[in-house]
Amino acid sequence: MGIMDQFLQQLINGISLGSIYALIALGYTMVYGIIKLINFAHGDIYMVGAYIGFFCITILHWPVLPALVASMILTGILGMLVERFAYRPLRSAPRISVLITAIGVSFFLEYTMMYFVTPQPRTFPSVLEDAAYHFGPFVVNNQQIMIFAITIILMAILTYIVQYTKVGKAMRAVSFDTETAQLMGINANRIISVTFGIGSALAAAAGVLVGIYYNSIDPLMGIMPGLKAFVAAVLGGIGILPGAAAGGIILGIIEALVSGFISSTFRDAAAFAILILVLLFKPSGLLGKNTNEKV
Amino acid sequence: MGIMLKIDNINVYYGAIHAIKGISLEVDKGEIVTLIGANGAGKSTTLRTISGLLKPRTGKISFEDKIISGMPAHRIVECGVSQVPEGRRIFANMTVMENLELGAYIRKDKNAIQNDLKRVFKHFPRLAERKKQEAGTLSGGEQQMLAMGRALMSSPRLLLLDEPSMGLAPLLIKEIFAIIKDINEAGTTILLVEQNANMALSIANRAYVLETGKITLSGDAKELAASEEVRKAYLGG
Repeated sequence: MGIMDQFLQQLINGISLGSIYALIALGYTMVYGIIKLINFAHGDIYMVGAYIGFFCITILHWPVLPALVASMILTGILGMLVERFAYRPLRSAPRISVLITAIGVSFFLEYTMMYFVTPQPRTFPSVLEDAAYHFGPFVVNNQQIMIFAITIILMAILTYIVQYTKVGKAMRAVSFDTETAQLMGINANRIISVTFGIGSALAAAAGVLVGIYYNSIDPLMGIMPGLKAFVAAVLGGIGILPGAAAGGIILGIIEALVSGFISSTFRDAAAFAILILVLLFKPSGLLGKNTNEKV
Repeated sequence: MGIMLKIDNINVYYGAIHAIKGISLEVDKGEIVTLIGANGAGKSTTLRTISGLLKPRTGKISFEDKIISGMPAHRIVECGVSQVPEGRRIFANMTVMENLELGAYIRKDKNAIQNDLKRVFKHFPRLAERKKQEAGTLSGGEQQMLAMGRALMSSPRLLLLDEPSMGLAPLLIKEIFAIIKDINEAGTTILLVEQNANMALSIANRAYVLETGKITLSGDAKELAASEEVRKAYLGG
């Protein structure tokens, strides 16, 4: 296999890995956009989503799509509960208090899950036929196609909601100026809750897809992808939805290329090197405008 | 005509700062009432307390005989009170049309919303020309018009205007104030906060003068405009 072929093959792998990051990063960036909180528990929400999908498939014997939808709904509710009971009481507290609380929620979810499902990794059942398609020298497998297709569909739905529905416009208004949004008659708390719900549902989808892709889930599986998705959100410009999507895909591609051409031991280092470079040279991210903080 | 808004001895604090010290005032249905005073006198604070962004520590506010102090801001909009905030605060990253749609957020009747949209475009023809434009690209005067149009889209019975003349050229201020008068004549009661006391008194029926959190003078707008005290302090002699 020539260098060019290998490059394109890694590109394909990178896009499917990047789709997962993008789905998680969207939730990060939505929550940041609306209440300026880096929700460090978001990676663990994704983990819970993976488990809900896992149990729907193994215990209830549901096919993969209903399991995915059920996981998105239940995890969405979990996200709303976390917001309601952990973050809302701190709405007027300093940002650092909320940030620390987010880390607390993260541990809470990780160790509560460990208690109930044990720390042992579980083997995610293979729900798709192991088919691989050869396009000349490239191989694309069923899982990659499914991950990519579901990511695109979910992003299209999200874009529709945010751009054209009433609740989406309210989300943008609250995110731009919460106080003025309230003067429009928008119940900001309800919109913030919806935002957590949607963001958590997207993370749940990512969790189920990762289970299908890597066949293995465990209660600490959310830590690294959570951090990576955070990098992706910052890379694209935190608070900007297309930025999170682009940042996720770009990060996935870079990681795949580093794994393929240098060594897979360096792929995490590459991700965090990107974070450092973005923060040094363009802190507002690829799609970010130079922010003028509201007075 | 009957009292529409009644503020009864409210005290408002910003942390330890006692910003409003026992203000009482009334607005009758159909009136334009203005609240004038120097920077920092508590004019905006008063409006923000009416619209629910701030809560009075003591005292109460009632609108159409219903107590609204203590309600969250979004519920007060549903009662029929709409505020044009100081500095316009338009949603700059959205189109003019989206801003206006957000103004009608609490309403469901599509036909009535369409009628109000027509009415807003009649008051502000320039907004109609620019409805697809991103609001942040509008000029200062157009942004003020958008902020007012947006507030009208909730079909309020009481419109609270906070410094509509701020940062605008004299000619534009005249235009805005003429529109305020039109809006009032079309049936919307108005409570207007202004530093530009001349303009405010010229269109208002009654006025209150606010000084460091207290009402020091009140009465007929024409009489106040003629009074020595007001002329010296607020009208430049």
